[in-house]
Amino acid sequence: MFLWFHKLGSPPHFYRIAGNWLPWLGTIFLLLLVAGLYGGPILAPPDYQQGESYRIIFIHVPSAWMSLFIYIVMAGCGVVILVWRMKIAEIVLISSAPIGASFTFLALATGSLWGKPMWGIWWVWDARLTSELILLFLYLGVIGLHGAIEDKRVATRAVAILAIVGMVNIPIIHYSVEWWNSLHQGPTVTKFDKPSIHWSMLIPLLLMALAFQVYYLLALFQSCRTELLQRERNSRWVEELIAK
Amino acid sequence: MNRLSLSQAFIYLLRRDLTLAFRNRAEFANPLLFFIMVITLFPLAIGAVPELLARIAPGIIWVAALLAAMLSLESIFRSDFDDGSLDQLLMSAHPMPLLVLAKVCAHWLVTGFPLLIISPILAEMLGMPQQAQGVLFLTILIATPILSLVGSIGVALTVGLPKGGIILSILVLPLYVPVLIFAASAIEAAAGGLDVSAQIYMLLAFLFLALSLSPVAAAAALKISMS
Repeated sequence: MFLWFHKLGSPPHFYRIAGNWLPWLGTIFLLLLVAGLYGGPILAPPDYQQGESYRIIFIHVPSAWMSLFIYIVMAGCGVVILVWRMKIAEIVLISSAPIGASFTFLALATGSLWGKPMWGIWWVWDARLTSELILLFLYLGVIGLHGAIEDKRVATRAVAILAIVGMVNIPIIHYSVEWWNSLHQGPTVTKFDKPSIHWSMLIPLLLMALAFQVYYLLALFQSCRTELLQRERNSRWVEELIAK
Repeated sequence: MNRLSLSQAFIYLLRRDLTLAFRNRAEFANPLLFFIMVITLFPLAIGAVPELLARIAPGIIWVAALLAAMLSLESIFRSDFDDGSLDQLLMSAHPMPLLVLAKVCAHWLVTGFPLLIISPILAEMLGMPQQAQGVLFLTILIATPILSLVGSIGVALTVGLPKGGIILSILVLPLYVPVLIFAASAIEAAAGGLDVSAQIYMLLAFLFLALSLSPVAAAAALKISMS
């Protein structure tokens, strides 16, 4: 197990293994996506208060979850980078940032699309919306700092510190619902004792969340492979790969 | 030559930075002038209606303080980076986080402390209610050190960059948001005659969190930028 993990840390192995995984991940993603999209927007009954327009949660909630999850992954990679200087962690951190920023943007956009019929306006300055917007700024800061420093290894280590510092923002986002009493509805899924969401909506929601997770891995592996080739362009294994 | 003890090194560094700032008075005056001018712009832009100004005064003062703090951040490390004394500091035998803390203290005394003194006058000019002015003073006292502390991480990350300024603001401003929220809401609550201890405790918690963690992060960031 440890040996396998150790091997995964070496760029050529990671490149090969990630390449082998890609078709599988793609298949699983498509299956989950079709199941979730059929179960959510088509099978699930309309909400008794919000009617049909609640169905955007099948996109909105998973992408909001992913936006938090990816930032946590990045901060975890940041710790690995600063402690062990693992090359793969650097690549994962940097490739995650644009994906996370896209999910954050998606969560914001779908949220405001939902807000127009429900609240009557596109945007409300409530705690969670604002925190999500700030999360987007944090992602953009990471991308910007990485772009500004020329030596990419130095850049990644600087970004690692920034990601860890930005983690301070994640609990604030999560607890903001309790901190500021706001327009945004309280959590409905994480109340484990008695979820206030019906299972016919919960199952497609979880399917979509899984699909988004797999999509993240898929996009991450693809962009990691490209980044890896670019960074290791002077190394032996890339030359051999090109020569083939 | 005797080796300096840690507290001596801390005090020497603090005194050196303060002396440098006193010799170059623009460092004192610029953030303060900027702070006053930004506040002056608001009545001109939104109209000099006393009730309106009194209502948004906490927000105006805090946004201006945030911007002034951000613009002066670069001076924490920039000149030392340019003349090479930052390299010397990194090579010293003393723990870098404490040296960073000394520099941040000096920076707060030079840029944050003047805001503290001038803010009651500006609050009066904006017509802020009497009972809110004490709270404004308190929030500035507690929260401007947080701005310097958190900002030092951002400066440490960008100090080696030719155009660090704009990227610095993108990095640092999102991290300032909790401070802004709690400081402004404390003043607003005080103006409404409510209890503000919750907000003040939150700000104090942020201050101690920043005081204990941010010098470590800034020192690590400096090591990376200087490598």
